[in-house]
Amino acid sequence: MSDEKELVLQATEVSIIFGGLCAVSEFSCELHQGELIGLIGPNGAGKTTLFNMFSGIYTPTSGQISFWDRNENVHIINKMNPAQLNKLGIARTFQNIRLFSNLTVSDNVRIALHNLRTVVPIDILLRTPRFRRDEKMMTERTLELLQLFKIDNKKNELAKNLPYGEQRKLEIVRALASNPKLLLLDEPAAGMNPQETEELMNMIGFIRKEFHLTILLIEHDMKLVMGICERIMVLDYGRIIASGKPEDIKSNPQVIKAYLGSEAV
Amino acid sequence: MNTGSIFLQQLINGLSLGSIYALIALGYTMVYGIVKLINFAHGDVMMMGAYAGYFVLVAMGTTVTGSVHVSTVSLLMAFFAAMIVCAFLALVIERFAYRPLRNAPRLNSLITAIAVELILQNTMRVLPFVGPDPRQFPTMMTKNFTVGPISISNIQLIVIISSALLMIALNYIVNKTKTGKAMQAVSYDLQAASLMGISVDRTIAITFIIGSVLAGAGGILYATAYPQIDPVMGYMPGLKAFIAAVLGGIGSVPGAMLGGVILGIAETLTKGFLSSQYADAISFSILIIILLVKPAGIFGKNETVKV
Amino acid sequence: MKDKVLRNMLIPGVCAIIVVIVPAVLIRFSVIDAYTAQILTLSGINAIMALSVNIICGITGQLSLGQAGFMAIGAYSTILLTTSVHLPLAVSIILAGFVTAFFGFLIGFPTLKLEGDYLAIVTLGFGEIIRVVLVNMKKWTGGPNGKQFPTILTLNPAVAYLVIIGTLALLIILVQNFVRSTYGRAVLAVREDEIAANSTGISVFRYKMLGFVIASFVAGIGGALYAPFIGFVKPEQASFTKSIDYLIFVVFGGMGSTTGSVLAAFVLTYLQEFLRFLQNYRLLIYPVILILVMIFRPQGFLGMREFSFVNTFDKIRAKLSQGNSAETQNEEKGAETTEENNV
Repeated sequence: MSDEKELVLQATEVSIIFGGLCAVSEFSCELHQGELIGLIGPNGAGKTTLFNMFSGIYTPTSGQISFWDRNENVHIINKMNPAQLNKLGIARTFQNIRLFSNLTVSDNVRIALHNLRTVVPIDILLRTPRFRRDEKMMTERTLELLQLFKIDNKKNELAKNLPYGEQRKLEIVRALASNPKLLLLDEPAAGMNPQETEELMNMIGFIRKEFHLTILLIEHDMKLVMGICERIMVLDYGRIIASGKPEDIKSNPQVIKAYLGSEAV
Repeated sequence: MNTGSIFLQQLINGLSLGSIYALIALGYTMVYGIVKLINFAHGDVMMMGAYAGYFVLVAMGTTVTGSVHVSTVSLLMAFFAAMIVCAFLALVIERFAYRPLRNAPRLNSLITAIAVELILQNTMRVLPFVGPDPRQFPTMMTKNFTVGPISISNIQLIVIISSALLMIALNYIVNKTKTGKAMQAVSYDLQAASLMGISVDRTIAITFIIGSVLAGAGGILYATAYPQIDPVMGYMPGLKAFIAAVLGGIGSVPGAMLGGVILGIAETLTKGFLSSQYADAISFSILIIILLVKPAGIFGKNETVKV
Repeated sequence: MKDKVLRNMLIPGVCAIIVVIVPAVLIRFSVIDAYTAQILTLSGINAIMALSVNIICGITGQLSLGQAGFMAIGAYSTILLTTSVHLPLAVSIILAGFVTAFFGFLIGFPTLKLEGDYLAIVTLGFGEIIRVVLVNMKKWTGGPNGKQFPTILTLNPAVAYLVIIGTLALLIILVQNFVRSTYGRAVLAVREDEIAANSTGISVFRYKMLGFVIASFVAGIGGALYAPFIGFVKPEQASFTKSIDYLIFVVFGGMGSTTGSVLAAFVLTYLQEFLRFLQNYRLLIYPVILILVMIFRPQGFLGMREFSFVNTFDKIRAKLSQGNSAETQNEEKGAETTEENNV
């Protein structure tokens, strides 16, 4: 499981300021290979902003973010854009589902395989054997993934026609298709009922076992977070106010004051 | 005439032309601000206003050959006619062409706006008593006032002063009346405004009407300054007024005023110092430059998408 | 698998050859009269332009109101390459396409950094700038009167049909090949959701540019065929009005659908000719129809759907030979999936 303690991502005193407002302030953390870490905090605490920095959508105003890719080469990823980071091995899902609505379930996943291509433009214009080989490879890999998560029966459905829970699932499958080393899940359980949340928890556990990756998870659903995360970081007003095992976080008075309030889990 | 006086003269000319652009630009910017629609038909509303004024002036006996001149009274009548016709047009167009598409993708509204433009232009072309040929717009006796090396005509004075008066009136309406506040509210957040009890349909209709009334006035002033009217006269000034609105920050009322004046002055300076051929190209180049450097325009705000 | 690939290429290929060659022969022997031939061929040019608009607006999702500008560049380039550089017409046409693609690349750089409405406005601006430049560079472009360019395409309707419809068919095949590939899907992803596409490893700017350049190339070819066919070109060809004409084809046919855009180009070109008897009232009916379509059928005729030659062929075959064959049909159909690139 997660006996290796190699670093995957390291943030050092990362801050970001938007027009005078400091959204994240001197955030530091270390993510190790195979860990499943939760990131919680009240709304507006800066969690998604942090994700956006880790996935290249924002550039930190100060501090440094380092990432170790699949070949264990380290990169400083502050200024990299999302496409570059995806190629290095970071994939994410979004708070408000961002699927390719008018494309099929199958195509949604297939697009994530784009960077595995071996063709050049001429190949696709002339439909060369190399093109057919690539397409076959992508078809097989896509089907594999869809079958693994049991949505292959809907592979030709348009993504926008899927029920909410399956849309969320598809977004995660798409993220996995790009073979990431670090998976960032932004509120994957948002809008789910208890049964769906249970399924999601199993799915995340399954992903962790099958794919040998590191998962960082933003969530408000305490049952999910406490249930599956090994370690939890708590953010409030852009600063980290606690970090540790779920039991410790649950009873941390500052966390309770800032966030959990009287919500007993 | 030295360079300095040419420069000052063209400034005056530009101010006059720019005031007209500003009046038309205000219509673009207010409509865009409230329903995010680029109303391509706006230039043609201006054209309709010019024609309305034309028919009133002709009916009142003023002629082109100069035997009966346009007087202040008849000019005012022309203004009223233009404004009323344009207000009515705005009501009809908004109700039947734009309102059904309010929740449709933007492209569809854009195409409808273009269709409305075509309908307005071609109706005038086809109507037997109008027709595609240009007509001379009756003007008043030109009187020039010289101040040092520069001269300004009575027509230019009328243009500048009436535009200024209209813009002051607009400013009052937008900032000091309940209707104006409703317009601002709807432009910020349509749903929230309707939840606050604002009649969104009425507010949007009023916005269109005010914009078109200003365009109508602009049409009269334009026809007075450049006395040839034809069904396609609205195309170029409309396009330029649109550029002015973008330059000032589309959605911003002071932006449209400033943008109009800047564009007018840029055009006349180009005509004065370079050549009139390049005047159009300069206007478009200003558009490209502003969109590359600061797309939100002079007074616009940069909107960031929340991920 | 190999048999399937052959089928995928053969069926549309045969259809294409029939549509291109048979009418050309009929025109040559005056079975189809010159007037009808003219309309068909003109529809072909309009279809190429509709293809261009569909690529940038429908497939790449970037609203461009200036494709006519690229058409004009293609048209004038062909004329200059043939008359001043003395290249053979066929070479000029192909080269003009690449010249236009190059301009597309240049214009794309500043333009594609903008979003939505602003992008539309800038493309409009560039289209008009192209027009103004063409009007003013009298030495090269003949100024506002344009340039005359009579060629074999102007004089011989059969050859014109063959060349233009043939090019249209070829372009359709190439465009479809592009869309049904990993590159095409990447561009579609950018259309659907830029942020998601970016985060899924697709460099958004690069693929927007790809769509934009391909669209400019196609528009350039459209213009490059237009000038020799019509026999002259004027700067107005670059105007906003023309860009809108082509945009209307795509909106009618279905934004994102190649079949829809091409079909709509043919139908609307014919309709405009047909309504000629209405004379000036035609100018009113056309925009009214436009508004009605926008209100009642905004997704256009086909929406985003495409016509599949192979699927239709299968359906017809199934209907004709019911019974035993039905079983083998079902087997084959079962093996078909959308990923298998049915054309």
